Amino acid sequence: MKMSMLNSEDAVAQAVADAKGPLTIRGGGTRAVGRPVTGQVLDVSGLSGVTLYEPGALTIVAQAGTPVAEIEATLAAENQRLAFEPYDLTGMLGTKGATTIGGVIATNASGPRRIMAGAARDFALGVRFVDGAGHVIKNGGRVMKNVTGYDLVKLMSGSWGTLGVLTEISLKVLPAVEATETLVIDGLTSAGAVAAMAQALGSPFEVSGAAWTDGAVWLRIEGFGSSVAYRADALTALLSKHGDVMRVSDADWTTIRDATPLHGMDSVWRASVKPSDAPALVAALPDGCTTLLDWGGGLVWIGQSGGNAAATHGTIQSTVATLGGHATLIKAPNAVRASVPVFQPEQPGVAALSTALRARFDPRGILNPGLMAA
Amino acid sequence: MEMPVPDSAVLARKARVVERLREVLPHDAVIDDPAETRAYECDALTAYRCPPMVAVLPASTAEVSDVLRICHDEGVPVVPRGSGTSLAGGALPTADCVILGVARMNDVLDTDYDNRIIRVQTGRTNLSVTGAVESDGFFYAPDPSSQLACAIAGNIAMNSGGAHCLKYGVTTNNLMGVTLVQMDGTVVEIGGGHLDAGGLDLLGVICGSEGQLGVVTEATLRILHKPEGARPVLMGFDSAEIAGACVADIIKAGVLPVAIEFMDKMLIEVCEDFAKADYPMCEALLIVEVEGSGAEIDHQLALITEIAQRHNPVALRESASPEESARIWAGRKAAFSAIGRVNDYMCLDGTIPVSELPYVLRRIGEMSKEYGLAVGNVFHAGDGNMHPLICYDANKPGDLEICEAFGAEVLKLCVEVGGCLTGEHGVGIEKRDLMTYQYAPDDLEAQMAVKDVFDAKWLLNPAKVFPLAVSEPRRGARMAAE
Repeated sequence: MKMSMLNSEDAVAQAVADAKGPLTIRGGGTRAVGRPVTGQVLDVSGLSGVTLYEPGALTIVAQAGTPVAEIEATLAAENQRLAFEPYDLTGMLGTKGATTIGGVIATNASGPRRIMAGAARDFALGVRFVDGAGHVIKNGGRVMKNVTGYDLVKLMSGSWGTLGVLTEISLKVLPAVEATETLVIDGLTSAGAVAAMAQALGSPFEVSGAAWTDGAVWLRIEGFGSSVAYRADALTALLSKHGDVMRVSDADWTTIRDATPLHGMDSVWRASVKPSDAPALVAALPDGCTTLLDWGGGLVWIGQSGGNAAATHGTIQSTVATLGGHATLIKAPNAVRASVPVFQPEQPGVAALSTALRARFDPRGILNPGLMAA
Repeated sequence: MEMPVPDSAVLARKARVVERLREVLPHDAVIDDPAETRAYECDALTAYRCPPMVAVLPASTAEVSDVLRICHDEGVPVVPRGSGTSLAGGALPTADCVILGVARMNDVLDTDYDNRIIRVQTGRTNLSVTGAVESDGFFYAPDPSSQLACAIAGNIAMNSGGAHCLKYGVTTNNLMGVTLVQMDGTVVEIGGGHLDAGGLDLLGVICGSEGQLGVVTEATLRILHKPEGARPVLMGFDSAEIAGACVADIIKAGVLPVAIEFMDKMLIEVCEDFAKADYPMCEALLIVEVEGSGAEIDHQLALITEIAQRHNPVALRESASPEESARIWAGRKAAFSAIGRVNDYMCLDGTIPVSELPYVLRRIGEMSKEYGLAVGNVFHAGDGNMHPLICYDANKPGDLEICEAFGAEVLKLCVEVGGCLTGEHGVGIEKRDLMTYQYAPDDLEAQMAVKDVFDAKWLLNPAKVFPLAVSEPRRGARMAAE
C-alpha cells in the first residue's frame, strides 16, 4: 500500500493531518528495523535535493529524502565530507533503495569516526519536521553554535520517526583529509583488542577509527600526510607490546562501518556499552555468535545464524542492562522482531518520560507506532 | 526587563516552606535571612537583581530530591544555580522562589582513563574537571571564558561552548550521562559510560534546557588526552572584512584549527592593557591556534600563514613560547572582565553564518552611531559566534534601555541573515522576549510541550527562555490551581 509521492513539506503535513490510522514513515526504505509497523506508507523520498551549501561555513542543508550518496558527492566536489561516517544497512538487510539523510538522522546512524568526530546527532544543526498533528516545526538552524531554546534537533535524532516526520536537515560538515593509514595488530582476543584500542585512544595521536574483527585490531589515522606518518610511527612504538603492528594504506573501513562480516547472518544486534565492558558481553553470548567491535569496543555488533534468536536477544539485552548501555535488534525474522523488545527497554523513570514525549508530539499515536517501544 | 509578579500565596507560605526545608537539610544549608539571600540576587547579568525568598545549598542528590519534592508540594518556583556566572540571567531569582545552589556538590566520583570518562558532581567548576585529570595527561574540552568559576551544572544547563569548540564541540558533544532530579523529586539516570541513547535522546534535550527540565546533580563527561602541543599565531588586518575573508579561506583550504578568535581595535586595546600579551595594534586581530606535535604544528601554521599572506596582514606573528601563548589566551579569555574595568557593558551572543560576518560587523558599526553607544567586538570567528559588547553608563538614566534596544536590533539582524539569538550563553531572561523573532508559535509550542512533560506545574526556572506572554497560560494555570 503506497501513497502517492509527496514532494513538498506542505504535502507531508497535509498527509499526516489527514491520516486516519498508523503511518509507516519511509525515506529510502533501507532500514527495516524495529517492531514491524502495520500502517499506510508515508513516502518522503520525493522531498529531495540540497537546498543550500556553504563550504566556507562548513554547512549544508538538504531535504530529508535526499540520498546520502548525493550529499557525499556534493561535498566531495569541495573536498569536504560527513565526518560521522553514516553506516548503510542495505547490505545487511538486503534492502533496495538509497539511504537518505533523513533516515540517517532519524536513526542517529554513525560509523567508526563517531569516537573522534561525534555522532550524526552531533552534526545535525537544524531540522524541520511535521509532528503527529500535522504541524510543521523547525528547531535549531544552520549555524554551528546555537543554544536558542531547547535542542529538539537532538530529540528528533534517533527518534526513528516516532516524534515527527523529518522534512529538512541542516548539517555541519568537515574538510576531507589528505591521507589515511590503518595500523593492524593480528591475533588478539576481544579483551586484548580492547586494551590495545584503549591505549591508542588514550594517546594524543588522534585515532579516528578503532575496531576489532576476525582477531585483528584496526586503528585508523587521518590528516595531513606528514602528520599521519608521524602519528603512525608514534602509535606503532606505543602499541608494540600488543603484537606486531602492520601498516595498511588501503584498508576498507566500510567493512567496519556496515559490519560486512555479519552480512548474510540470520540475526544481527548492535550494542553500545562502555568499551571495557565489551569482553564481558562477548563472553556472555551463546556459542556460534560472531562479533565485531567498533568504537574502541564501545560498539558491539553481534551476528548469529541458526540458534534461538529470541533467546540470544534476551541474553544480550539482560547482559547489557546489567553492564549499562543498550542493545538493538537490527535484523531478525519478522516473527522474532514482533515478539521481543527490539530496542533496549528503558528504566521505568526514563520510559515514562519517553512515553509522555511521544504522546505530546504524536497525540494520536500514528507515527511509526510501536516501532521503538510498545 | 519584566518579571512575573511574585505569587503572594507563595510568599505567605515562606515560614512553612523554610521549616520543611530545614527538616531535610542541615541548618546552614537553608538561607532565609534577607541580608544573606541578597548574595543570590543576580548572576553575571548584573543589570537585573532580585533577592530570592530562600536559598538552599544541598550536598547530595538525595537532598536535592527532598528540596524539589517539598517545593513541588508547596507550589514554590525553584531557580537552579551553578556558580552564578550566566551572562543571560539564567540564574536570576524571582522574589517568590527558592534558589537551589549546587556549589556544595563538587566531588570527582570516578575517573576512568580506559574509557576516557570522568564522573563528577555538577557543582564542580569547569577548570577543576581538567584539574583532576591533567597530571595524567587528560583534559575536559569545553572551555568557556568563565571556566575558572563556572560550574558543570551551569555548563549543562546552557550547553556552554568556548574558544576551542571549533574542534572539540560544545558541552552537548562532550556530555555522556546525567543524574537528573525532576521537580517532583524523582531521580532518573540518563546515559552513562556508553555512547548515544538506546531510546529517545533525552540527554540531548536536557543539555541546554536552562534548568527548566530538572536539576542535574551528577554528570559523566568525556575526557581526552591532551595534544602534544599547541601554538597560536596572531594576525592583524586593516579591516574586519579582510579578517573575515581570511577565516573563510582557512576553512575552505581544509585546515581545521582548534580555535579562530577575532578582536577589534577596542578589544585589542583593553585586553592588551589587561594581559600584556603584546597584541599588534590594528583594526582586526585573529588568534588562530593549531595543535599536534611540533612538526604538525609547523606544517599547519605554514599553510595558514600562506593564506594569511594573501590578505596583506599588517601583523603576523607566531607565539614563540608557551609563556607567550598563555598570555595571548589570558588576554582573550579576560576580554569581558577587561572591558568591564573601563565600562558597563552588555555582551551579546548571536551566531551568524560565517559568510555574513563582514556585513553584520558593518551594520553593527552603523547602529553604534545611530544609538550613540560604543561597541567592541570579540568572537569565535570560525563558527560565527559573535560577542558584540555594547558599552553604556549604568548611572545615566535611560542608557540601559537604549543599550537593550540596540542589542535587540543586533540580535534580530543575526536571525535575519540566517543565524540565531544565542550561540553559547543561553536565552535566560535576556533574549527571552526575542524568541518570537526566531521561532513561530508552533515551534515554541513544541519546546514548551517538552517542559510540560518534565515539569507539569512549570515550577522550574519558569520565567526564562520563553516570552512571558507565551508562557503565561502555563504559569498562570499553576497559580490558579493553588
